[in-house]
Amino acid sequence: MSDEEVSDDAPLLSLRDVRVTFRGERGREVRAVDGVDLDVRRGEVLALVGESGCGKTTLIRSVLGLEPLSGGVVEWEGRSVDRSSAGLRSLRRKVQMIFQDPTAALDPRHTIYEAVAEGLRIHRVRSDEVVQVGAALAAAGLRPPERFLDRYPHEVSGGQRQRVLIAGAMALGPELLLADEPVASLDASIRGEILALLRSLVDQAGVSIVAVTHDLGLAWNIADRIAVMYLGRIVELGPAEAVLEAPRHPYTQALLSVVPEARHVEPQILSGEAPDPARIPSGCRFHPRCPVVASGEAERLGILDRCRGTDVSLEVIGPGRAVACHVR
Amino acid sequence: MSALEIRSLAVTYRSDRGDVPAVRGVDLTIEPGETVGLAGESGCGKSTIAGAVLKLLPKGSEVTGQVLLGGEDVYAMKPGRLRAVRWTSAAIVFQGALHSLNPVHRIGAQVAEAVELHGATAADARRRAAELLERVGIPSGRLRSYPHQLSGGQRQRVLIALALACDPALLIADEPTTALDVMVQAQVLELLAELQRDRGLSLLFITHDLSVLASTCERLAVMYAGQIVEHGPSSVVLSAPEHPYTAALARAFPTIGDPASRMNPSGLRGDPPDPSALPTGCSFHPRCDVALPSCGDLAVRLQPAGRARAAACVHVGSGIVKGAS
Repeated sequence: MSDEEVSDDAPLLSLRDVRVTFRGERGREVRAVDGVDLDVRRGEVLALVGESGCGKTTLIRSVLGLEPLSGGVVEWEGRSVDRSSAGLRSLRRKVQMIFQDPTAALDPRHTIYEAVAEGLRIHRVRSDEVVQVGAALAAAGLRPPERFLDRYPHEVSGGQRQRVLIAGAMALGPELLLADEPVASLDASIRGEILALLRSLVDQAGVSIVAVTHDLGLAWNIADRIAVMYLGRIVELGPAEAVLEAPRHPYTQALLSVVPEARHVEPQILSGEAPDPARIPSGCRFHPRCPVVASGEAERLGILDRCRGTDVSLEVIGPGRAVACHVR
Repeated sequence: MSALEIRSLAVTYRSDRGDVPAVRGVDLTIEPGETVGLAGESGCGKSTIAGAVLKLLPKGSEVTGQVLLGGEDVYAMKPGRLRAVRWTSAAIVFQGALHSLNPVHRIGAQVAEAVELHGATAADARRRAAELLERVGIPSGRLRSYPHQLSGGQRQRVLIALALACDPALLIADEPTTALDVMVQAQVLELLAELQRDRGLSLLFITHDLSVLASTCERLAVMYAGQIVEHGPSSVVLSAPEHPYTAALARAFPTIGDPASRMNPSGLRGDPPDPSALPTGCSFHPRCDVALPSCGDLAVRLQPAGRARAAACVHVGSGIVKGAS
């Protein structure tokens, strides 16, 4: 096998033991991202799923240097990314972020033309700006683009604003989009159209997408693979159908059981809020809320001591599937 | 007697740019102990209905029709009677829990104040506030917390406790779980269901998320552009919708495991209509896949569509509207 073939097989983006730690209240260490290994492949949609505070947004922000890494390595096409400002700048042209709330992400004083052209200017793309902005708007479903160029964000609908953000990200011809809750702020009827647009960017323009979401229906609608995050770690990873139809981690099972559309199983409502990354429990970090522990099942299996006392990391359990649980 | 009866309600907001018809002739009844869901998107008028029930709409809104709370016409009440009825007969839990609480008052004091306003002594009010907060799952150690010290789910629970302060017969919950995570949403829904059971509350549950209503409500009404376009028992309305808009809303939130929606997100073309510039004929026709040429001219009223059901569509009963699968 030649070197070129090796690099073709390499994932687009690889995270190796990535950590992001903050100083919280009273100097307490907050481990928002606590050792994540994850590959993003070319031309896939990866859904990064978890509750508020699980570290999913911090993780994707850390890829672009919007949060400083406390440890670990980010690799692009198999090479470690230089974390200097020049290195991050060149990464940011290939990796574009789409934010959650298009109304907040767009400057109300800038026309849609300016909003889409901004990235081209920042990255000093040499080309016919007007042509490129028009093409990006059309690709994001804002047709004919001339109708939108001179309008301001408040003059278009919420769904159209989200398309403007997607056009702005796509104008630079990125290879990877990091989308943070891309449909959470949209009306129900608009949601499907935006998800279809994102999927078409993958199928037709060949980009990859990491979609951060707490919405498992989104994953069912567009994701090839799913990574489930809990308290700064990935606890389950695998093909979307496998994870959603036969979840193996008790946390994934609980999340799926409370999705209102999926009431074929007894809902397991975990008590309490999403836990606090400033106080990560010892042992398996999920054990204080784990139904397997609470029901006495862990004790019957003779693993209770390990659940309480031994940290557990992702282990491969099948083709492309991994889970971090002592039950396995 | 019905807990709530809304008859031919119409609400028009006056603005500089002209009149905006937000609600255009709505009939809705909730029986004692019943849970009814009201579904629709931004601007469809569902929150206006919540405000209209307790006469809480902005000054200058024109309201016609009738709102009967326990048989009594809210719009014929004297101001003193209206104040007494608010929170005791019916109470609202609004969306956006952070903004509805006073940031500089402790939560225990806020709930106690609401109890006291309706005629309890200070000591009784404090005791009752602690009971209410405990009932919604806020431990007594949290009584002296300020709203910002609580999580989103806890703040939503405080708002529910506030709404229950005067033991209302009807609770109106306007998007009570929209900003919450799935697990916290499930906790709040479970709480509402328990309260409804234990206290015999009547519940009007307003949201854009049909899937939430499916699991919590006995009956469902779907609104579009200020009108109810379909109503009936939740399970059949969702599984076999008669209005194409209901069908689209039901498909928007996929059933995990359903092969039809796998890698196939489903939405509606276009955007929800601007209430100040509604389409002619059936308001939904510009976005409708099965519209007939006549739909642009002729609006169809709600008509019977099976047992305890009605829908406002030319295709009612024809089987043309496809369900969520």
